[in-house]
Amino acid sequence: MIALSGVGKRFANGVEALRDLSFTMGAGEFVSLLGPSGCGKSTALRLVAGLLAPDSGKILMPEGKPEIGFVFQEPTLMPWADALTNARLPLDLKNLPRGEANDKAAAALARVGLKGFERAYPRELSGGMKMRVSIARALAAGPKLLLLDEPFAALDEITRNALGDDLLRLWREDQLTVLFVTHSVSESSYLSQRVLVMTPRPGHVKADIALPAGRDSRLSPQTIESQRLISQALNEAGALRVARSDSVRASDQKRNPA
Amino acid sequence: MRRLLDIAMPLLVALLVLGGWEWAVAHWQVPVYVLPAPSAIARALADNFLSLMTSLLSTLTVTVEAFLAASVLGITTAIAFSQSRLLERTLYPYAVILQVTPVVAIAPLILIWVGFERINLALTIIATIVAFFPILAGATLGLKSADFNLTDLARLYGASRAQILWRIRLPTALPYLLSGMKTAGGLALIGAVVAEFVAGSGTATGLAWRIVESGNRLEIATLFAALALLAATGIVIFAALSLLEWALLRRWHESAISRQS
Repeated sequence: MIALSGVGKRFANGVEALRDLSFTMGAGEFVSLLGPSGCGKSTALRLVAGLLAPDSGKILMPEGKPEIGFVFQEPTLMPWADALTNARLPLDLKNLPRGEANDKAAAALARVGLKGFERAYPRELSGGMKMRVSIARALAAGPKLLLLDEPFAALDEITRNALGDDLLRLWREDQLTVLFVTHSVSESSYLSQRVLVMTPRPGHVKADIALPAGRDSRLSPQTIESQRLISQALNEAGALRVARSDSVRASDQKRNPA
Repeated sequence: MRRLLDIAMPLLVALLVLGGWEWAVAHWQVPVYVLPAPSAIARALADNFLSLMTSLLSTLTVTVEAFLAASVLGITTAIAFSQSRLLERTLYPYAVILQVTPVVAIAPLILIWVGFERINLALTIIATIVAFFPILAGATLGLKSADFNLTDLARLYGASRAQILWRIRLPTALPYLLSGMKTAGGLALIGAVVAEFVAGSGTATGLAWRIVESGNRLEIATLFAALALLAATGIVIFAALSLLEWALLRRWHESAISRQS
């Protein structure tokens, strides 16, 4: 189980990203962290990953710190390395023997549908394929916990849906625990079991919505109903009001995803 | 077709200029000690071929050694800077001072300190100082340009500083470094020539000294021949480093990829 209680984080530039952020996640859960841009979702994810330390509050991780896979909004690949070498990075950093690392990385690429593209360089791949390499890299080390930071936000809708379905399949096959940061109501309603709705900055969890079963497709009544629930919660969290008044500063927040 | 034009057009210009030059010298009967005709320069080159080649070898040795020394020093200093912000802040101003002080002004000091009996070492040191900065600047900028998310990811997987340096920072820095090295290659040659000029008579044996000597003797054709060899050396150095850049970056860097339309 992962538990955050009363977590606060303020950046050096004075921006208070999170205040009193609390939530828990069970093993094997698929949880979405949803909120307006700039509400501290990415910061929360980095805290869970251990890339940032909280100023206040506690973050409880499972015994023996689980293997973590991390996927960014951008593919964040090494442009000088081919797909296989990119997917192999976590294994190389752990000094696994080259042969074993190659096998695992190739298997991870195959699982995201990139068999035959091992020797392709990032610049030769489409945006969706680059994101698949990024996911393969996250899978290569055999993680228990997968953290995704708006991974599909920069993709077109068709690619986004295909990758979403792949993510669901991988989650089931590997019994992963997934924390999925997104600002898409439709994405969270279909993919996740629970949605944590965050308030605008300084962010904390305003609503914890357990979604009903039976969301087997993006258009099933249960999915649509879930979207309504999430939108309502988002509204009550004050997200829309702030989004409207903040639209002028939107570009600023994009550059500074705190 | 475009490649052919890239070579043919400059060549055509060269032929036109040389032909016009040859014609003008003959037509106005310009004295050979003012402006020798290209044919006279070619003759001077042929007559003094062995001694000019010996001089070329001398200058080239200094240039290459200085370039290699500047590369090693520049890269290691940049790596040290990338590992310690404090070190960078402390020492970078001095690197800049070294860069902005005209090397002609420091050269006599270095010659005295190193001693005229070790003239080639002195020349190499002077040329190294000239070539050092662009490599340091390029490598420093490049090492800093690594994607923050990528380095964060590496830290997440427990990477050591050395691993991040080797797997992420150095490859990121490569295009910047190569660009600095291309500039440094030409500067190393300039540094070698300037150093020879300052060293003066009796000690240096390189092409720059041949230029001074030929000038004093009014052997202007030989002067031009030495000058042409220097220019050719500069071009070869630049071409070699461009080739190296292309070979290392062609698979992945935008600068080395010809866009498919």
